[in-house]
Amino acid sequence: MSRFLLHRLLQSLVVLFLMSFVIYWLMGLMPGDPIDLMISADPKITSEDAARLRALYGLDKPITERYLNWLGAAVGGDFGFSRLYAKPVPEALLPALANTVRLLGITLFLSLLIGLPAGMAAAIRPYSKTDYTINLLAFAGISLPAFWLALLLIIVFSVFLGVLPAGGVAALGGDGFWDQAKYLVLPVANLTIASVGGHTRYMRAAMIEALRQDYIRTARAKGAGPARVVLGHALRNALIPVVTIVSLDFGFLFSGALITETVFAYPGMGKLIFDAIMGNDYNLALVALLFVTLLILIGNLLADLAYAWLDPRISYR
Amino acid sequence: MSATPLLEIDGLSVSFGAGGREVKAVRGASLGIDKGETVALVGESGSGKSVTALSVLQLLPYPSAWHPQGSIRFAGEELMGAGEARLRDLRGDRIAMIFQEPLTSLNPLHSVERQISEVLLVHKLMGREKARRRTIELLHLVGLAEATERLHALPYEFSGGQQQRIMIAMALANEPDLLIADEPTTAVDVTIQAQLLKLLKDLQAELGMALLLITHDLGIVRRMSERVYVMNAGRIVEQGKVADIFATPRHPHTRRLLAAEPSGRPEPASRDAPEVMAASQLKVWFPVKKGILRRTVDHIKAVDGITLQLRRGHTLGVVGESGSGKSSLGRGLLRLERSQGAIVFNGRDIQGAGFKELRPLRKKMQMVFQDPFGSLSPRLSVGQIVEEGLLVHGLGGDSYQERRATIGRALEEVGLEPDMQSRYPHEFSGGQRQRVSIARALVLKPDFIVLDEPTSALDMSIQAQIVELLRELQRRHDLAYLFISHDLKVVRALAHEVLVMRGGLVVEQGPADEIFTCPKDPYTRALMDAAFEMKADETGVVSL
Repeated sequence: MSRFLLHRLLQSLVVLFLMSFVIYWLMGLMPGDPIDLMISADPKITSEDAARLRALYGLDKPITERYLNWLGAAVGGDFGFSRLYAKPVPEALLPALANTVRLLGITLFLSLLIGLPAGMAAAIRPYSKTDYTINLLAFAGISLPAFWLALLLIIVFSVFLGVLPAGGVAALGGDGFWDQAKYLVLPVANLTIASVGGHTRYMRAAMIEALRQDYIRTARAKGAGPARVVLGHALRNALIPVVTIVSLDFGFLFSGALITETVFAYPGMGKLIFDAIMGNDYNLALVALLFVTLLILIGNLLADLAYAWLDPRISYR
Repeated sequence: MSATPLLEIDGLSVSFGAGGREVKAVRGASLGIDKGETVALVGESGSGKSVTALSVLQLLPYPSAWHPQGSIRFAGEELMGAGEARLRDLRGDRIAMIFQEPLTSLNPLHSVERQISEVLLVHKLMGREKARRRTIELLHLVGLAEATERLHALPYEFSGGQQQRIMIAMALANEPDLLIADEPTTAVDVTIQAQLLKLLKDLQAELGMALLLITHDLGIVRRMSERVYVMNAGRIVEQGKVADIFATPRHPHTRRLLAAEPSGRPEPASRDAPEVMAASQLKVWFPVKKGILRRTVDHIKAVDGITLQLRRGHTLGVVGESGSGKSSLGRGLLRLERSQGAIVFNGRDIQGAGFKELRPLRKKMQMVFQDPFGSLSPRLSVGQIVEEGLLVHGLGGDSYQERRATIGRALEEVGLEPDMQSRYPHEFSGGQRQRVSIARALVLKPDFIVLDEPTSALDMSIQAQIVELLRELQRRHDLAYLFISHDLKVVRALAHEVLVMRGGLVVEQGPADEIFTCPKDPYTRALMDAAFEMKADETGVVSL
């Protein structure tokens, strides 16, 4: 097991290293650079000034050389300075990360809490009234556009009823639990409605497949009741494919939800990455994207460990 | 029969679906079983025998399955319309069931202990310790003594025969009055089949339970049961004492079943026909890799130095149990598996020949696989399946019409209709699909065909038809077959020479007549006892 972990960590390092180059190179391909933005902000800069600035920041060097410089510094723990936020990259990144983890962590938890039992309920009696109702709701959730739903939630709860704030993270000076929690209600509701349908459908499909197996017939032939058949025999078998889907969500947990974050003016990772790319903030975008890559790798590793826990036939050496 | 039979099924009907889509699987079947009696319910696939068996415990997929009429009484109690709670009390306690596929019938994620003790927990409300002691007792009872140390092992860690023993232990945990065994030995080798049947017979005598045995194999009926019901198209067409039915079958369907066992001998073949395929010291070794660098540390020697020779018009029967390496031998000869040692095909050493050199030869050597369901792509029509080889080799004419005609002729040769080529595999039965597989091989006009257990997944009567077809095609086209099987009964009907394999090595090799009349090796004898007499080996040459 420890050997497997070591193996996987080495693999992850290699992937991370390759991804850092790919991302660096892709950003180099983007039109414009930070100096162009400086020029547009300050018409007095001459083209000689611009050339001097490029030389100062090293932007006139070939991309591989720039990359190696960055890599050397990054390995030493220096991730550079965020131009947009005017502070070191980690300091700019961490608050957004904390906001996103809070928002999407709660969303994923709620979505699974509702979706998995709903999917099971639908699968136990496929094509029954319960099943059709659950499917209808699931498809409605999947089909509603997130931005539209977000606007609707704001109109109803913030404009008409006035019970919840329309956006932001916390009121000035308010740091009590409710002061912070009320800012999360609408974005969490919006994202949960969008993702719960998918979880329901996956769980339903996996459960129907599990309930069709021969060992379910054996369990019934033993005299096991419906609860024992579903929870004792089918559930664990059905969860194996669902784990794959949830592990993909884990990456999404940290990359943020751009549209929802934008509509609710929620300063999370999605918005941070978007702003960093649009603002040619190379240092910030690079580290943020690499960080997301790392977390997706960790998500996959956790999925593999979850497989081994669910399915004793899988053992890692 | 005594006054109140243990189980009495009266005018039972089972339908699937409703209205215009209603499929009547069982139409008014009646049968009875006395205490301690063994009764066989025999019929071909689709005859409704399994559905009848599943109706007793009402394990069918209700509500899409339903009973238009009929009554099922167990010890005088009406089960039709009995509440789910009452049925649960009976299931696994008074009436137990075992199924055809032991691996899929066991929960893959639960340990052996958990699966067996579950029956005790559900019905006897036994504590964990007590249940464990009883589980160990049961494992000993079914002959899995060493399994005591493997209580925590999972189903996949056991062989097919052991898995079925675990199923039996589970079924017998509460000493039921009736055990329903639905094709319990169809998925295992003949040697294991013989052992399992003996086990069931012994346990039945010991526990005094009644046994309802569902099978398509009349050999099993003859060995195991006192009375038999013959089922066809949802109806019981004949019933009576086994001896009477075998001596004087009255219903034409019974007569057909009796005549349907693979029989006869291969057509005599010329001893100096040209050689098609020869191998000397053929080895198929699979590397075992370990560590981060995936270094080869050992080999699994699936085929370990086999020499053989096969002439035109001859069949070489390769016999052995699962895992003996017989399939690897067939695949090795066709260069579908990496091997060492000379392989001479039509006078040319093809060992080491490259992909391009091999390609034109491929049409002359073909293969037919065991599983008629898995080996045909469900997305291609039968015509496309047969056509693919023609297209690869540029045969069968240039135009679509010409190829269609060629395909039609190939289908006709295997006993199918030419216009069936626009249909898809799921529309065919197992036997018909195996005919499609044969047509696919045949359409390329091969000299040599490897037949890898082509009859094992089929009903006895269908096996006989396929054997007949293979014999006829061999005579007509002077084909050489490598016929792989674990069942000596089928091999005897087809093979001129026999090669008995075990653990990658040859146990015995020679003309079929010699081997069948006086087998020299005890292992061959054990295989023959199992195949012809269904006698379990007691000398220990066959392992569990």
